[in-house]
Amino acid sequence: MKLVIIDYGAGNTKSIQFAFSRLGYDAILSNDPKEIESADKVIFPGVGEASSAMTMLKESGLDKLIPKLKQPVLGICLGMQLMCLHTEENNTEGLGIFQTNVKRFSNEVKVPQMGWNVIKDLKSDLFKGIKEREYMYLVHSYYAEHCNETIAKTDYGINYASALQHGNFYGTQFHPEKSGNEGAKILKNFLEL
Amino acid sequence: MLTKRIIPCLDIKNGRTVKGVNFIDLRDAGDPVELAKQYAEIGADELVFLDIAATLENRGTTLDMVVRVAEQVNIPFTVGGGISSIEHVDALLKNGADKVSINSSAVKRPELVNELADKFGSQCVVVAIDAKQVDSSWKVHLAGGTIPTEIDLFEWAKEVEERGAGEILFTSMDHDGTKAGFANKALAKLSEELNIPIIASGGAGNVQHFIDTFKEGKADAALAASVFHFGEIPIPDLKKELKKQNIEVRI
Repeated sequence: MKLVIIDYGAGNTKSIQFAFSRLGYDAILSNDPKEIESADKVIFPGVGEASSAMTMLKESGLDKLIPKLKQPVLGICLGMQLMCLHTEENNTEGLGIFQTNVKRFSNEVKVPQMGWNVIKDLKSDLFKGIKEREYMYLVHSYYAEHCNETIAKTDYGINYASALQHGNFYGTQFHPEKSGNEGAKILKNFLEL
Repeated sequence: MLTKRIIPCLDIKNGRTVKGVNFIDLRDAGDPVELAKQYAEIGADELVFLDIAATLENRGTTLDMVVRVAEQVNIPFTVGGGISSIEHVDALLKNGADKVSINSSAVKRPELVNELADKFGSQCVVVAIDAKQVDSSWKVHLAGGTIPTEIDLFEWAKEVEERGAGEILFTSMDHDGTKAGFANKALAKLSEELNIPIIASGGAGNVQHFIDTFKEGKADAALAASVFHFGEIPIPDLKKELKKQNIEVRI
């Protein structure tokens, strides 16, 4: 299986690469459109700030490529948020794959949300073998609002979409690569989609 | 609900753990990677590696350790000790660290907090603050608590939050090593005045201390070293007790 992690200068690509290697898979880091298009599975990572990440995507033309991909694509954290329509973080337009918007948590909760929280109302093969209310590791200040593409929910002041799916596109707000053995299961499920 | 986090702290010197560790059958108790894997397995929520003898010369050794931890450990970890430049942070994050912790370097040049938050995001910037109560006020101390400053703990914490810190790791030098409990009054005040997570550090001696720091100290996470390393408080038992007290933890 050819597994490509999109390398556009944002994100903890190493942690994701290591998580797959613990599962016995070599993931290639690449920003080359040909490499990405020919992959069986694509990971779209992201850590950091939305507008500068979006600028980096545009500079490499990846903003046009990603929405056209036909194979399973998994956006993680900021990667998932950038796949939405719009994010409040520096008023940034997203790739428009997921039909929802990304908002900032209110100051009634501590921001960023940092740590382990439960995911529930799971509905996707991505969560095969994962129990309802399993704990996942999250670090974020912005959240995706619910839409009919929500496949996992989490509560933090508000009930929001902690995972989304639109056709071959998947996104998780949590970091499966840092969520212990259960997170690893989700990555494995992604590889088996 | 977001859970309270339990964080073992490993002191590192030249890529090896410093304090003796005898909590479990390890082939090599001095190997931070072995130890980190064990902690991840028994339910630690995060790990902190503190390079206590960080110098320019041994930076490569630490980076090598970081990459080995990232390879083998599937929970988040923070690296601290002797970090004062963007380049150094960049190297640590690229090698797989999730967060970095800065302390004295932030006091010497507060703009560093802004620069790191802008470049890498607040989520990976932990500001560690060592403080001691002098008369009735809490004063920030540097260099592992040995050098006093005139800086007020609460004012400094507020300032680093505004500059973009994603989290505060507060160690009370009055409580550190005493095993008499955390500095809960100061912790609660930090938690009330700030809107970022606060990690309690210094003073863990028994399970009740953890219950108190989460309930009275309103801490978001608690960090400890020897009580975990020497098996005085097994993490699974601690978490069971916390849960019994209706404190949300990941089990």
